[in-house]
Amino acid sequence: MPRRLRRRYIAVKVDSEKSFDKDAFYDAVWANVLRLFGEYNASRTELVLIEYDPQMKQVILRCSLAALDLLKASIVAITEIKGEKSVAHIALVSGTLKSIRKKMKLSSEKHSSKHMVANILR
Amino acid sequence: MPKNWDPTVKSSFVDLHLRPPHKISDQTEMLIKKSAELGYGSLGIAFPIDAKQEEIFEIREICSRFGVDLVTRVDLAPKTVKELLKNLAILRRKIEVITVHCYSKEVARQAAKDRRVDLISFPLAHPRKCFFDSAEAELASKASASLEIELAPLLSFSGFQRVRLLSLWRGETDTAKKFGVPIILASGANDVYLLRKPEDYAFLSYLFGLDFHAAKQALSKNPQAIVERNRRKLSSNYVAPGIYVIRRGKDCRDV
Repeated sequence: MPRRLRRRYIAVKVDSEKSFDKDAFYDAVWANVLRLFGEYNASRTELVLIEYDPQMKQVILRCSLAALDLLKASIVAITEIKGEKSVAHIALVSGTLKSIRKKMKLSSEKHSSKHMVANILR
Repeated sequence: MPKNWDPTVKSSFVDLHLRPPHKISDQTEMLIKKSAELGYGSLGIAFPIDAKQEEIFEIREICSRFGVDLVTRVDLAPKTVKELLKNLAILRRKIEVITVHCYSKEVARQAAKDRRVDLISFPLAHPRKCFFDSAEAELASKASASLEIELAPLLSFSGFQRVRLLSLWRGETDTAKKFGVPIILASGANDVYLLRKPEDYAFLSYLFGLDFHAAKQALSKNPQAIVERNRRKLSSNYVAPGIYVIRRGKDCRDV
């Protein structure tokens, strides 16, 4: 019996002045994977864009566990999306979609409370 | 809010080389602000050899405004060994971190064995001028010099240039690991878009064979050790290696 493919979900936060559509981001990730690792390794990533929040500029991607390191390096190496200077930061990595959503919610709450305390201290 | 969380505690991550423009401007402030947001607790900024104290003070003030610790640094690119020794004699008691960019083998060997040198780095444009071989690494490991890798070119280069760069760094990190030379990862960024989070840099270092744990150490423990060691040496309580003044004046009466 073939072994079940183990997957990971990656939450990415994009830092860019202009807004972009999800295809533009997906193209930028693919371009980097191909440029850095070639077509053979790109075929092993099983990369899928699951969710895109244009307001928060947050993306959830799914990939195979075997290609996780490769994909993380490719995402971080993004310098532009659709010709515009952009930065992609890896926010979270998780095993299930449910847990990554939960962690994202928790981290945004934590971030807002941290921001609030920092403002008070200032 | 998480338990035991203190927003005043600084991050342990250090970016030992940020390259703001020579004259203090909005971009300097933006770079420092962004670095603080990305989670760095200390920033190394290179000053010219003849930098004025006011200039350093001004940047220190900007850093403290964003809750970041400034590490003063000088980058030397001497042509001869004599020039290197002269500069080291002048600067060692003034600056926290001294980096030597080695453009000749003689300078590279001297920098590796001199205990006053903290970081050594090699030109990227000339792969044949990379003198970080086993002899160099052995000297560096004995003299506690570290190998510096600046990650900005990895993001800005493409094609053959990046291929050559990755191959060069893979060789350097292998040699450094073999001889126990500490590796320091720094951003080398002069633009906000070249800045990444410490974890992101650790993911990037997968490209040249540095594992996540070692990369995190290269961004936190290793640079921190250099800064702490040098600050201890620069303090007025330092006498000689291993000898420090622990009490002065009235404190000494009962001893």
